[in-house]
Amino acid sequence: MSQTTFGWTGKVLLIDLATQEMAAQYPAPALYKKFIGGKGLAGYYLRPYCTLETTEPDLPVLVFTGPLNGTIAPTSGRGTIMSRSPLTGAICDASVGGKLATQLKRAGWDGLVITGISRAPVGIEIVNDDVRIVETDLWGETCDVVFDRLEGDTPSAVSVATIGPAAENGASIASVMADHHHAAGRGGLGLVWAQKNLKYISIRGTGKTRVHDMAALKEAREEILRLTAASPALLGQHGFSCWGTGSIFDLMDSRRMMPTDNFSKTRFPDAPRLNAAAYQRTYKPKRHGCKGCHILCKKVAPDGRAMPEFETMSHFTALIGNTDMDLVMQANDLCNRLGMDTISAGATLACYREITGEDFTPRTLLKTLYDMGSGGFLGKGSLDFAESCRQSHRSMSVKGMELSAYDPRGAYGMSLAYAMSTRGGCHLRAYPVSHEILRKPVATDRFTFSGKARIVKIAEDANAVVDSLTACKFTFFAASLEEYAKAFTAVTGVPASAHELLETGERIYYNERIMNAANGFDACDDDLPPRFFTEPGTSGGGIEINPLDREEFLNARKNYYAIRGLDEEGRPTRDKARELGLETDAEGEA
Amino acid sequence: MKPLCEKYAAKMAAQGLTAADGPDSALIGGLDAQLVWNRDDSRCRELAKVFAGLSINSLVFARPAEPYATIIDFLAARYPEIIRPEDTETRTFLHDIPVSRDFTAEAIVAALKKRKAVIIPGQGIVSYGTVSPEQGFVFFSSTVFACFVLFFSDYMTAARRGDIDKDYRAAFEAVVAQLPEPRTEPPALATEPLDSEDAILAAMAEAGRAVVSYGLVDSFFGNLSWRDKDTVYISQTGSSLDELEGCIDPCPMDNSTTHGLTASSELSAHEDVYRRADVRCILHGHPKFSVIMSMDCDKPDCELRGQCHVKCRECRTMDGIPIVPGEVGTGPTGLCNTLPPAVASSGAAIVHGHGLFTSGARDFNDAFKTLLAVENRARALYFERLHSLL
Repeated sequence: MSQTTFGWTGKVLLIDLATQEMAAQYPAPALYKKFIGGKGLAGYYLRPYCTLETTEPDLPVLVFTGPLNGTIAPTSGRGTIMSRSPLTGAICDASVGGKLATQLKRAGWDGLVITGISRAPVGIEIVNDDVRIVETDLWGETCDVVFDRLEGDTPSAVSVATIGPAAENGASIASVMADHHHAAGRGGLGLVWAQKNLKYISIRGTGKTRVHDMAALKEAREEILRLTAASPALLGQHGFSCWGTGSIFDLMDSRRMMPTDNFSKTRFPDAPRLNAAAYQRTYKPKRHGCKGCHILCKKVAPDGRAMPEFETMSHFTALIGNTDMDLVMQANDLCNRLGMDTISAGATLACYREITGEDFTPRTLLKTLYDMGSGGFLGKGSLDFAESCRQSHRSMSVKGMELSAYDPRGAYGMSLAYAMSTRGGCHLRAYPVSHEILRKPVATDRFTFSGKARIVKIAEDANAVVDSLTACKFTFFAASLEEYAKAFTAVTGVPASAHELLETGERIYYNERIMNAANGFDACDDDLPPRFFTEPGTSGGGIEINPLDREEFLNARKNYYAIRGLDEEGRPTRDKARELGLETDAEGEA
Repeated sequence: MKPLCEKYAAKMAAQGLTAADGPDSALIGGLDAQLVWNRDDSRCRELAKVFAGLSINSLVFARPAEPYATIIDFLAARYPEIIRPEDTETRTFLHDIPVSRDFTAEAIVAALKKRKAVIIPGQGIVSYGTVSPEQGFVFFSSTVFACFVLFFSDYMTAARRGDIDKDYRAAFEAVVAQLPEPRTEPPALATEPLDSEDAILAAMAEAGRAVVSYGLVDSFFGNLSWRDKDTVYISQTGSSLDELEGCIDPCPMDNSTTHGLTASSELSAHEDVYRRADVRCILHGHPKFSVIMSMDCDKPDCELRGQCHVKCRECRTMDGIPIVPGEVGTGPTGLCNTLPPAVASSGAAIVHGHGLFTSGARDFNDAFKTLLAVENRARALYFERLHSLL
């Protein structure tokens, strides 16, 4: 990249932990245009190595920013951590909040490509161009201790991402925690760090992102802020800004799609007294958010503990039969300190409870979580445990990743989105809840597959763009790529419309399908647990929660494959890969 | 998809946006694995190509009914590339409206890559959806609304300057001649007592249908609420007022639940009105002449020109009805800050460039009568003011 680069820094840092060698790479402008940044660029760097086991030194851990990081574009503080998942074997990227990506960008780097295995536990310490690999005695410490030790007296000027004991002890559901309260939670990315003997990354950056047209960026910002102010889900009095993501809790209950007792029911009688309002009354949390965000959906209790997100609220209560709100707070805090994904942890507890028939007491619940993060067998996730009991059908997972807190029988688009997700049982790839429940951009019929295949495909492409710019998906309850395309062009000087960005999103997502196919994933993996096709949810109040119609689901999946340009087994095709400029080294092609 | 395409084509006709049948009726395509249209038309072949150029799942095309067709053709001639209305729907959602000269897929794709709707003079309006044909219907409807407001606003402004040209005068006279007669007789809506939740929900659905059928709101904009003790029942965000069954959220005023997550973006403003005044219900529509009159200002050199919708400091009224600034929803410039005291004290208020809110002391009959009376007065006042300038 030349000195006149806007938006991007034009530099990616390659770090080999085994040799401690580092090198700056200067990607061609065409590569940035082709993959944008964040999830897109990380996927580009992952692909040549995507079939390597997570224990192999050449498998990279990618940490990437996007062109909007470090600018006034709303919600532009997020970044991507990506590698291959030790939980699923599929690709795994996580959008991480806090200020990690902003500091990395300000330090002058678009991304980090970390390979090799260090002989001893280390941290990577970045202060602008000064990058050091430092042996550390923090191995074994919980995440909160690492943050306190490394932030020093100027916590606002540094970002720290770390793993906790769960990763060090081999948990496949280990997360990476950033800046105390923000998780790259899913898929066991923390374990990949641990396998490289990488404990933490700390970053201090003092540079600025160069903006091509500040006036146009301010105009785009104003349009986005205006739309978010008009969004009940974001800035409304019952929205995320006031209550956190937990504000969805009441809706999931009233819509009869709250996963209960390991997804065997969809209504939890105690839900009304465990909602966001109850947490607010009890803990009086304060607002907190990622760098560059005005929504501030994260909530923090006065004692410094992060309040549970919606999925955690739901999975640590309804899914496992717990009615103790304070136990949820303790469990959430324990997971954050150990560095463990709360969604997979909760769903794994639920699977264990169903198979063993043992209810949890407060003591056994916390002890079981602690054991998960200490090398216990449940740390491998629900599918590993269920298979060991020869009851794999009781693992509520897709591709081995546990489902989050939206029962697919209550939103058919969500069922398709879960099954198609490239990283497994994730709700955020297409997030049909946006239109099936939250009515944005318009409401759709949640009990039909009609039209959902294309909707899911378009949303996956759009969210791939959002995770590459980078921005927060929640903002898209209100704004659209139309406004963010304007921001992107204002920042980078690269002309782009919303639909041109969607074409890039299609490329980014298809690249992930190619990588998964190279690891043997096909239609057999694009599926839901059999429970959802054979057992009803909890009907009532005029709402019928029926089992999903298997034939309709398969037809929707077939439509999705056709729309996505996959073959009938869900594998990428050479023609589509060529059309998207992804033909090089297309190991995964059919 | 086809039933959805047919539904919104029928809705556009019912709301007077398009013809009900024939070549000028709405043409709506929906695409999942296969592309389907609500009806056969020779133009489907060209429009089908638009799907290949955009990541969309639906397309809406129609020549608007009169007087809208005359209006958009006139504005497209006057603003040959981009039309920039200044009403709230445009500012918030459309931003501006591109004009394309050619009815070709290439030209339509080029315009829709940037914006939600495009005007093709002499042909009509094309808009799209990525989730549902409803989006295309909403963008089509908003385009028509915004152009109507701009056409009448610009004419008044030109009259103030004393420079109405011959073409504008001719177009204006043609449009005015085709305006429907104002309706003056309000409907008979449910009366007190509404002593059960079912009765409240039914009364709300009935009032919503009346607001739409009287042409006092377009597409899915507008909202309404009813207070029952300490619960506010309010229409959901993005709900069509003529289809409110199942789309009303009960929101406790003590914030003990967050069911209002899907409630109208104006929930805060409604609640504040109920806290300030002893009223039972609130109606909010986007009646066109109320919006036009709210934007009519005789201070062309005001330093806040262009920012009136958030920064106007004048105590403006229209025949005693307060006109307040404020943007949709919350935030420091949100109408939740300006609207409640105005409605509480006057029983009605117009938000600049946006719409009209009215309250009812007993039931929706009160609120509806005020809504209709204010809009009719706004229409009469527009022409009185215009004549005084000519």
